[in-house]
Amino acid sequence: MTLYLLRRLGSLLVLLVVMTAVVYGIFYAIPADPAVLVCGKGCDGAQLAVVHHKLGLDQPVTTQYWHFLEGLVVGRDYSSGPDVTHCAAPCLGYSFQTDLPVLSLIAQRLPVSLSLTAGAVVLWTITGVSLGLVSALREKRLTDRLITVFVLGGLGTPVFVSGLLLLMVFCGWLQWLDFPVYVPLTEDPVAWAQNLILPWLTLTILQSAIFTRLTRTGMLETLSEDHIRTFRAYGLPERRVVGRHALRGALTPLISINAVEFGVVLVNAMLTETLFGLPGIGQLIVQSSNNVDLPVVAGLTLTAGLAVVLANTVADLLYAAVDRRVVLA
Amino acid sequence: MTEVVTEIGGPDVATSGPPARARQVLRTLRSDRPAMAGLVVTVLLILAAVFAPLLAALEGQDTTTFHTQLLDSARGGVPHGALGGVSADHWLGVEPTTGRDLFARALYGARISFTVAFGTLVVQLLLGVAIGLAAGFGGRVADATLGRLIDLSISFPQLMFAIALLAIVPQSFPRPVLLMLVIGLFNWGGTARLTRGQVLSLKTRDYVAAARLSGATPARIARREILPGALPQVLTYAAILLPGNMVSEAGLSFLGVGVHPPTSSWGQMLSTATTWFRADPMYVLVPGLSLLTAVLAFTLLADGIRAALDPKASLRGRR
Repeated sequence: MTLYLLRRLGSLLVLLVVMTAVVYGIFYAIPADPAVLVCGKGCDGAQLAVVHHKLGLDQPVTTQYWHFLEGLVVGRDYSSGPDVTHCAAPCLGYSFQTDLPVLSLIAQRLPVSLSLTAGAVVLWTITGVSLGLVSALREKRLTDRLITVFVLGGLGTPVFVSGLLLLMVFCGWLQWLDFPVYVPLTEDPVAWAQNLILPWLTLTILQSAIFTRLTRTGMLETLSEDHIRTFRAYGLPERRVVGRHALRGALTPLISINAVEFGVVLVNAMLTETLFGLPGIGQLIVQSSNNVDLPVVAGLTLTAGLAVVLANTVADLLYAAVDRRVVLA
Repeated sequence: MTEVVTEIGGPDVATSGPPARARQVLRTLRSDRPAMAGLVVTVLLILAAVFAPLLAALEGQDTTTFHTQLLDSARGGVPHGALGGVSADHWLGVEPTTGRDLFARALYGARISFTVAFGTLVVQLLLGVAIGLAAGFGGRVADATLGRLIDLSISFPQLMFAIALLAIVPQSFPRPVLLMLVIGLFNWGGTARLTRGQVLSLKTRDYVAAARLSGATPARIARREILPGALPQVLTYAAILLPGNMVSEAGLSFLGVGVHPPTSSWGQMLSTATTWFRADPMYVLVPGLSLLTAVLAFTLLADGIRAALDPKASLRGRR
């Protein structure tokens, strides 16, 4: 167990270094100058040089990357003229565009993305597991076929199409809801939920299709296993056989699927945020990429990588806790 | 009988067997109605994309001409008439604010979508097969390193990198080619994993051992004995990547880093449609349903092929 965690930690560190190095590499292999964007049009050579120096772009890329890593571990000092600003570890630097600390930019937008995904995870897990369960218990009957149609449709519908269709129906035709505007949970829980219904549903359609399919296959597989037959032979009520024993076997793999799918979820959350104009992490990625805002993109990559690895580790631990046969190594 | 054939036969015999197997797969596929429907729609869509200029000429429109006289300037440039300005001249109506013909733009959008999807598939196959082959055949260290890389590439949100990359490549670089490279570069993990699995199982076959004993070099064994055996399976599974590639292209164009205007793309149309869903629902429906139809048709066809080969792997579950 300890060994497992240590190994995970080790690979996490390697992963993060590689990823951020790739980001720095990409940005420097490409002839786009962030200073031009910061400085604006009509900036002359001398002014550009000043901006270059301020952003640290006059140093070789390896030095810049080294400073970035240094900032992460021990913090770093920024000097602009006489003032020296200390940025404590873990320091992700300052945005080229807005001069704000990257860490606070991310922290500021995290609640939006968390609200979106957390709510949606609950919705799609419940929907997916129930539909998959019903589908498996009614195998090859009409209900099963209808659910299969939903699965195929859900898997084939990108979030920016399903989201637009939902908007069209609920905001356009029926006028039940207004176009979503993000309201913090702490400010007004009802408005928070009301505004997030459509984004949640958008993510749920796609993700619950995945879950339905997995639950269905898992259930069909476990239901045909020997120990289930034994339980039935003992005369255990069907409700208990299905609800307790079969479902457990079928759902365990879902834990790790949720983690493997985490990257997909991030991407879809990003698209959903862009569609509904929610000021979350996804929107920040798109904006900062378009502005060649290197520190923000590097910081976000780091955060996303961290989240992916953490999700996988937690899933492994949960998996081992639920299924005693699994040995962590 | 198969036993004997496997031992003395070549690699293609080892995996898929004689033509009888192919015939059986075809028969299964023909009796699979959803897959056949997918095939018909796919063929029609590809024909429409190929003959887009012809079809647009038939309608008498092109993708770039503005028809501002068809727009209601009092309502912010929404097309006059019902259904977003559908008429005998404009079969699917016109775009709000510009009045460009939607039928023509949707057709040319199909061209971009399919070109990028197929081009990306080539990149994915080249990368995936090469890396999978190296991992499966290159010894323990190569397998461990490449295996990690494959896992990483599958679980990582690649679209993030893709956006950063697309945003900063100079505009002069041909955009569709760039999209193929970027989407392919970040999405080869599945192909690599599958190839690796195939290679690992083929490696232990007797005919490979025979080749080795007869003095063939590892490179030759990989190229001549293993690769031909692994390819049919890999190619079949790769078909399922096509709809995913179409969605990626549309997604990137939706985020504004795909093809540049005035080239039309479904994703880009959908992105503009975000502000028009109330006033002009037709503008959402045309690109939206085009994309959905294409994705669904390709998926049904690819899934049907896969189900015919390996019923357990089908999206539609066991039958």
